[in-house]
Amino acid sequence: MRPINVTITKIVEESPSTRTFFFDKSFDSAKPGQFVMAWIRGVDEIPMTLPYNNAITVQKVGDATSALFDLDVGDSIGIRGPFGNGFTLPQKNENILLIAGGVGSAPLVPLAEYGMRAGSDVTTILGARSADELIFADRFRAAGVLHITTDDGSEGRGGFVTDVLNEIDISEYDRICTCGPEIMMARVFGILHDAGAHGQAEFSLHRYFKCGIGVCGACCMDPHGLRVCKDGPVFNGELLVDSEFGEYKRGGSGVRV
Amino acid sequence: MITLTGLKLKNPTILAAGIMGTTGASLVRMANEGAGAVVTKSIGAEPKEGHPNPSMIQLECGFLNAMGLPNPSYDGFLQELEFAKNGSSVPVIASIFGGDADEFLRVAEGLSPAKPDAFELNVSCPHAEGYGAMIGTDPYVVEEITRAVCDSVDVPVWVKLTPNVTDIVAIGEAAERGGADGVVAINTVRAMAIDIATGYPILGNRFGGLSGSAIRPIAVKCVYDLYAALDIPVIGVGGVSGWQDAVEMIMAGASAVQIGSAVSGGVGVFGTIADGIDKYLDENGYTGVEGIIGLAHEVI
Ligand SMILES: Cc1cc2nc3c(=O)[nH]c(=O)nc-3n(C[C@H](O)[C@H](O)[C@H](O)COP(=O)(O)OP(=O)(O)OC[C@H]3O[C@@H](n4cnc5c(N)ncnc54)[C@H](O)[C@@H]3O)c2cc1C
Ligand SMILES: Cc1cc2nc3c(=O)[nH]c(=O)nc-3n(C[C@H](O)[C@H](O)[C@H](O)COP(=O)(O)O)c2cc1C
Repeated sequence: MRPINVTITKIVEESPSTRTFFFDKSFDSAKPGQFVMAWIRGVDEIPMTLPYNNAITVQKVGDATSALFDLDVGDSIGIRGPFGNGFTLPQKNENILLIAGGVGSAPLVPLAEYGMRAGSDVTTILGARSADELIFADRFRAAGVLHITTDDGSEGRGGFVTDVLNEIDISEYDRICTCGPEIMMARVFGILHDAGAHGQAEFSLHRYFKCGIGVCGACCMDPHGLRVCKDGPVFNGELLVDSEFGEYKRGGSGVRV
Repeated sequence: MITLTGLKLKNPTILAAGIMGTTGASLVRMANEGAGAVVTKSIGAEPKEGHPNPSMIQLECGFLNAMGLPNPSYDGFLQELEFAKNGSSVPVIASIFGGDADEFLRVAEGLSPAKPDAFELNVSCPHAEGYGAMIGTDPYVVEEITRAVCDSVDVPVWVKLTPNVTDIVAIGEAAERGGADGVVAINTVRAMAIDIATGYPILGNRFGGLSGSAIRPIAVKCVYDLYAALDIPVIGVGGVSGWQDAVEMIMAGASAVQIGSAVSGGVGVFGTIADGIDKYLDENGYTGVEGIIGLAHEVI
């Protein structure tokens, strides 16, 4: 598909470094965890997940995300997608645990709301560096039980999401879905693996995307050559055992970083 | 089993350069999916990030890309090539590029410790300044580069040709004179797409190369002409996504086919096409693929 032109209708400041950009078009076929390629014309095209069917939530980290922050209501960007595989959708009476770190809450919040509507019990562990970097806390709270952690203790429990995970009974959950910085997800993976529960867990991964449609191979992971853009970005923990996940990844040229 | 420039392939489908070829693991995966051989991403002398995104989009008729030859350099790629060689039982062909004969040699020598089964010289990328098609349109340069590499390596050398020339046969003949063991045709066809909401060229590089179904008839004609003119094998590539396309390419004169963009429809494409070719040969009383190579030249 060619990029679809969308006009920005509203911009919401979620945190000092994060904004949500609402569009005039809704991608209603999108499943939580799928992504779109957002084209900031003349700058770059970058993967973004959809925390609403008609919005992306962007953390400013570099060139393209800064260029997005320079846009105003009325400006437009191009969108290709949704692409990739999302999370397994929660069913009635299932017990679901979500673990979100920073802007990693973007793909998980529509999953929490889907779960609530479907009649599943949703528990979220939401972590951020500090209170003002917590994203979508209200939406998670409205969808079920919410545990908050902040690195600096400015809200909720001081520490990491893994501190909460270490104390809860993992076996109570039918499925565990997580997205956040890779170092956080790798620690979550370690805990779940020790508990023998990684096969019930789903991880939304990040790698450098170029084509976004499973052809170029830039985002492939070792040792099975799985494409994060097409075979993922959400993977069952079983597929990550003894993989590069948490160890290294490849940058734009293919060099390991 | 077929023999192609001395290499043994379990079937005539080959992974094309630049598709799923950046990591050793993805090359092994394509081999496991049934490819008879795999070609790596084109590798150069220095690490390159490539062009900014969008670097590839799907169009109504095919795919448009300008990756810009991103690669980790031969130094960074050596471990990937070793992984691919150790992990797969099919031939692994190293695609390489450079700005001149010396640079091609440096890359070939740099990758040689990993023992690639053959080299494919990319003199045909339509959108990387100073590389690829910039040199692949000049028969003298192609002959010189081909000769330099052929003289220095002891494995087969294939030369990948660009269709973005007036006469692809002249370039193919230059490769043959330079000592190439085979030619590969075609690389992508120069193309662009424009976003009508704003007038922006969609690709980060503004223009790029077309692949997929749209270019198959162009590839078939190039293969047909090369087969008629050359003594060395022609490997057909461009828009092959089903066994019928592969059979057509082989009848035009291809000894084997490469498959690139069709991977977007599923990585199982190699096995499916190889099985389809076998079934076609069986049903039509051919004992092997040789029976139909260049058939289009014989029937009329
Ligand atoms: C499936 C997926 C979903 C994502 N969803 C979101 C989201 O909802 N919200 C959000 O804020 N961020 C999201 N990201 C991360 C986001 O794509 C990067 O932060 C963004 O690309 C950075 O671009 P930049 O030019 O501002 O930064 P740069 O300065 O270019 O790079 C900063 C870092 O961003 C990453 N990056 C840069 N370009 C790409 C690319 N083409 N593909 C992947 N990573 C890249 C690299 O790791 C790099 O180190 C997602 C990433 C993936 C893979
Ligand atoms: C994303 C992409 C990257 C490519 N990279 C290379 C490359 O590095 N070297 C090369 O010789 N050809 C490259 N090609 C060209 C392909 O190998 C092939 O010649 C072309 O795509 C036509 O085949 P297809 O229609 O089956 O894709 C690339 C093509 C695509 C789509």
